[in-house]
Amino acid sequence: MRIGDSLPEWHVEATPTFVISTALATRDFQDVHHDRDLAVQRGSKDIFINILTTTGLVQRYVTDWAGPRALVRQVNIRLGAPCFAYDTLKFFGQVVGREQQDLTIEVVGRTAHGDHVTGTVKIEVPA
Amino acid sequence: MIDIEKEAARIAEQGECAPRLARDPVNQPMINNWLEALGDEHPGYDGVAPPAMVQVWTMAGLHGQRTLDDPLGQMMTILDEAGYTSVVATNSDQTYHRYLEVGEHLSVTTSLEDVTGPKRTGLGEGWFVTTRSTWWVGDEAVAEMRFRVLKFKPAQKPEPRPEAPKAQAIRPSVNRDTEYFWEGTRQHELRIQRCGGCGLLRHPPGPMCPECGATKPKYLVSDGNGVIYSYVVHHHPQVPGRQTPFVIALVELDEGVRMLGEFDGEPKIGQRVEVVFTKVDDELTMPSWRPRADR
Repeated sequence: MRIGDSLPEWHVEATPTFVISTALATRDFQDVHHDRDLAVQRGSKDIFINILTTTGLVQRYVTDWAGPRALVRQVNIRLGAPCFAYDTLKFFGQVVGREQQDLTIEVVGRTAHGDHVTGTVKIEVPA
Repeated sequence: MIDIEKEAARIAEQGECAPRLARDPVNQPMINNWLEALGDEHPGYDGVAPPAMVQVWTMAGLHGQRTLDDPLGQMMTILDEAGYTSVVATNSDQTYHRYLEVGEHLSVTTSLEDVTGPKRTGLGEGWFVTTRSTWWVGDEAVAEMRFRVLKFKPAQKPEPRPEAPKAQAIRPSVNRDTEYFWEGTRQHELRIQRCGGCGLLRHPPGPMCPECGATKPKYLVSDGNGVIYSYVVHHHPQVPGRQTPFVIALVELDEGVRMLGEFDGEPKIGQRVEVVFTKVDDELTMPSWRPRADR
């Protein structure tokens, strides 16, 4: 785990079931995350993934790569294009900083519409 | 007129709102639901919650309402009243001081950190509202979040301009050199200038052959078939008589010359096209291109 190391690309299929089950599992009951009719009425193309799920996916992307012994200290994300039902969300990442056990990883999650999320995750890895 | 900055300063001065207690303590069933939904197979979340779940514990729930002293809610109301009615989250920065264990009962406090604007954004004019939340177990701060939303006036989509009457469409300037071409389109013929001396084909037409210098051009009638050599999609500026965006294609005719014209369809370089003639009025018929099925 050195500066410049890339994380393996990871694809998430944002099926309607995925969008809805993650919204409910994060206790986000906003209608745009589970009711397509209302989402469309509000000007969206479809239901879309909620922020708490995006945060969780960014964390999972990093811990899947770093292993279960890595401790997550910080998840900072900037949100862009919504990730709609039926989108494929593709994650890319790279180690951009390391000071002893502390790593900084840059993460991008992208759909066909553009960057859904860009962010940095700080983790602490075992010595 | 609402003084947004003054209101923001007033709310910021209130500091942190009263702590709001999570409905449930950190518990394994909710952790398992979260892991299952996200597909996370991390083996370590047994008795310990994933850090990114911190906000989940204090979500307001299905029938949740903001408390009156919630600074984000107050600021949203003020911006609503000022006409900034739409909202989109732009940033979430979470710091976890430690992992949370099953049984710990969280509460959250929030303060207004910053309100800046009005800013022009891709979505419309708006204000960035930043809050800071702290999660507590008893009096120990266990996690923090800086959260930013853009509260904006949705940009007015420009009304589609009414299509200009055809008579207002830009007209070609017809002169001695080009008269034969426009006479041709009226008769649904696509004419290519051919030198009366050496037979060279050329387009656009001119008075003198660049090859042999002869000044008595004739023409031949093209089959009207060719391939797209290049194209542009015109978005701006508006063109009288045209609805943007439209495609102008440079077509290489089978006879060898290239000719510009509007193309109706999704253009691809190398695509087979054929000419169509559209009568504008008695004086003017415009040639344009359309895709041609391979025969």
